[in-house]
Amino acid sequence: MPASSNRSTTTDAPARPPRVRRLHLPQKLRNLELFLLLIACGINAASVVLVQLGALGRIDTTLVLLGAGLSVMVLGMHVVLRFVAREADPFILPIATLLNGLGIAMIYRIDLANQETGLSSASVRQTIWSALAIGCAIAVLLIIRNHRVLFRYTYIAGFVGVALLLLPLVPGLGREVSGARVWIGIGSFATFQPGEIAKIALAVFFAGYLVRNRDSLSMVGKKFLWMRFPRLRDLGPILVVWALSMSVIIFQRDLGTALLYFGLFLVMLYLATGRLSWVLLGMSLFLGGALVASQTLDYVNGRFQNWLDALNPDVYTADGGSYQLVQGLFGLAKGGLVGTGLGQGRPEITPVPQSDYIIASLGEELGLAGIFAILALYLLLVARGFRIGFAGNDDFGKLLGVGLSFVIALQCFIVIGGVTRVIPLTGLTTPFLAAGGSSLVANWIIVALLLRLSDTVRNQPRLVV
Amino acid sequence: MNRELKRVSMVVLLMFVALLASTTIVQVFQADSLSADARNTRTLYDSYSIERGPILVAGEPIAQSMPADDEYKFQRTYSNGPLYAPVTGFIPLNGAPTGLEHALNSELSGTSDAQFFDKMNALITGQSPKGASVEATIDPVAQQAAWDALGDLTGSVVVTEPATGRVLAMVSKPSYDPNLLTVHDDQQVTDSYQALLNDESDPLIDRSINALNPPGSVFKLVVVTAALESGKFTPESTFPNPATYQLPGSSSIVINSGGGTCGGGDTVTIATALKQSCNIPLAELGLQLGDDAIRATAEKFGFNSDYSIPLDVSQSVYPTVLDDAQTALSAFGQTDVRATAMQMAMVSAAIANGGVLMAPNLVDKVTAPDLSPIQVFEPQTRERVMSAETAATLTQMMVNGVQDGAASNARIDGVDVAGKTGTAENAEDEPYTLWFTGFAPAADPKYAITVLVEDGGGMGQTGYGNLLAAPIAKQVLEAVLNK
Repeated sequence: MPASSNRSTTTDAPARPPRVRRLHLPQKLRNLELFLLLIACGINAASVVLVQLGALGRIDTTLVLLGAGLSVMVLGMHVVLRFVAREADPFILPIATLLNGLGIAMIYRIDLANQETGLSSASVRQTIWSALAIGCAIAVLLIIRNHRVLFRYTYIAGFVGVALLLLPLVPGLGREVSGARVWIGIGSFATFQPGEIAKIALAVFFAGYLVRNRDSLSMVGKKFLWMRFPRLRDLGPILVVWALSMSVIIFQRDLGTALLYFGLFLVMLYLATGRLSWVLLGMSLFLGGALVASQTLDYVNGRFQNWLDALNPDVYTADGGSYQLVQGLFGLAKGGLVGTGLGQGRPEITPVPQSDYIIASLGEELGLAGIFAILALYLLLVARGFRIGFAGNDDFGKLLGVGLSFVIALQCFIVIGGVTRVIPLTGLTTPFLAAGGSSLVANWIIVALLLRLSDTVRNQPRLVV
Repeated sequence: MNRELKRVSMVVLLMFVALLASTTIVQVFQADSLSADARNTRTLYDSYSIERGPILVAGEPIAQSMPADDEYKFQRTYSNGPLYAPVTGFIPLNGAPTGLEHALNSELSGTSDAQFFDKMNALITGQSPKGASVEATIDPVAQQAAWDALGDLTGSVVVTEPATGRVLAMVSKPSYDPNLLTVHDDQQVTDSYQALLNDESDPLIDRSINALNPPGSVFKLVVVTAALESGKFTPESTFPNPATYQLPGSSSIVINSGGGTCGGGDTVTIATALKQSCNIPLAELGLQLGDDAIRATAEKFGFNSDYSIPLDVSQSVYPTVLDDAQTALSAFGQTDVRATAMQMAMVSAAIANGGVLMAPNLVDKVTAPDLSPIQVFEPQTRERVMSAETAATLTQMMVNGVQDGAASNARIDGVDVAGKTGTAENAEDEPYTLWFTGFAPAADPKYAITVLVEDGGGMGQTGYGNLLAAPIAKQVLEAVLNK
């Protein structure tokens, strides 16, 4: 450690143990986090109250109490951070809290419209899932004190990821919801989307694998035009991931998930190797596959039709047509610049307004202003993750941090872009906002990992030149 | 790795810029066209779920929005629906509104430009927006009297205030109940609407402003106005008085309604011709005036133009191209001359108001929910159609017509009624259209009235204006003068 040896050579005074000194330091980052958290919890509570005033015309204490559940959990997580990751990024937790809380408020708003209460209502379940997810995040923080532990489990993570992905295909276990076979369930209850968890395992695997093998992936190969293309034998991994994505499209009928994993892999591959040729190769592979799928698979073809010609009356009325997409657009249009106000729109007209279409519901009631704020929150969250990549010292941590953040960014893009017709609509959950337990658990684990990584980045000794 | 990371950051930024752009396009630039899409049920629910303002007659609501316990939040109800249907129209669950509901839709729904700040205020304070109330000029006594007097006949009664143009009564029969079309059940509304549409008596047509009929003899008022205003004729100008008259350049002949000559003698005056409602002298007068002069006067009264009260009134027609025979026929309101009841009410009102035609108007004022006035409809002069002298001369002739002429059934003891009847031929075997138009009291006209009876009043070609239309006018005038 050259940095410390520089300044301690001539002093005779006994050096104070660094740990003791730190205890007396005010935890600036954690205090900032607490301040932001209180604001986020305040906004969350206010949105639930506004929903009640807008939709019911009165304040009902039941969900205010449930809403407080989220606040208690995140404050608990904050306290844990004070002990186990005191240098962690102070923005990540408040942003996740705010998005999660806004989601609960909107889901609650749709429950009110559909007159659902108690355990059958999505908002209560979402609150319980949030508590569970934050519990998982706390556990991750407590168990994984050093992210490099994960490097050791690279291949196990890869195996787990693939297994989770394929789990819904197991007869008797898999469930099909609105055409996509991406759920597992026991009996008629407790459905779970293992693919959401798989994205973390795969990110760990990609990071570990690429750090180990990037030399062979980046250094050798033939130069063609201005790019160095990989050797045939090095194409193995990309072909495997491509095949996996294609099988998701074909067997699980889930375009969005396939795009998410493949996109994640490509970006991490590019980061690790610095070779644009990999990206071009991967993109042409995926586009080629998607093109073939759109010609041969009815559901993919339908998605493209809906995307390109949504307002066409024939497409609109067709079975599996653009009805939902267009209703979402109507909702967004209704919201306009400032929205109808919470509880005062009609998001329940759009099918699945609390999950896939929660962004349209929020856009209707909070307007373009609200959507911009939400997108800014996501962008900020992703940017904090990317900071780990910029500031980090170990390549595994950098790759993992960026990969996990990118997966959030890409997921937002696929869902929101689908709703607003940037790309064809595919079923994915909007991180933190949408109703769905597996998605919450996965995203909160990502939050925990990002916090852990950011703490390590700040704690690591630096070279002073 | 940081160089690559920067590039990936740019990609992420671009993805979010794309999302910002796409949401902006949908929520701002496409918002209007998406809201206007017929499949957008949100727009429909919205039009129901704001508290639409009431339509008032003499302070009492004839249309109002009552709280409803369903997704539409409010139920539009019409009190005395069939009576006021031509005034209110209706705002259906799944189609376009009609009547005042249509003409003042933005005010009633609170979306007019004048209500912009109220709307913003409601948005900020969280109050639910409310529409403005619309006060109609209708006099409930006149409206009810007209409804009763018309009985089961097909037609219309229009009563206006000559000095202001305010419409005091506007009845159309057969009518319908607008409440049938505002129930919160799509299918039921569609069924009711289809039934009304298929009804052969056409109840959905407002016969006061949207039914065009040949005016027949009531159009003679326009021709005589043109004659007197030309300066070439006086009421004492004389015309040959044959019992039959061959139209120029045609083999058709014209007869007077009685069959013989117009009174005794070889010649007849305009005064007598109008009082007895003879066709032959008017045909001769028309030919001497020429169609251009008649058309010019007719257009001063409002023929050949579109106007709204603010309900859109169908355009009454004096044809633009006429040969001599047609000009002669047009002089007693036949050939292709067509008029609405509202148009004939304007003719009478102009004569009653000393020659000045006031723009007919159905709305007094529009008032915001906080009782501040949004719009007050002041009486507006449309045009001076004739000199005061001509108006006085015509009034005297019309009084004579009621006193002991062709419009005698409109006579009221103790009140001078000025009036003119009409019995217009439609196609050869079709029932006549019967008219009365006039005003009272003649010296100080308070009410101008026009009665239109379609379908021969059920008597085919045997009924005539004085038999069926004049008594209706008399009954309404008695009701409003004695109130």
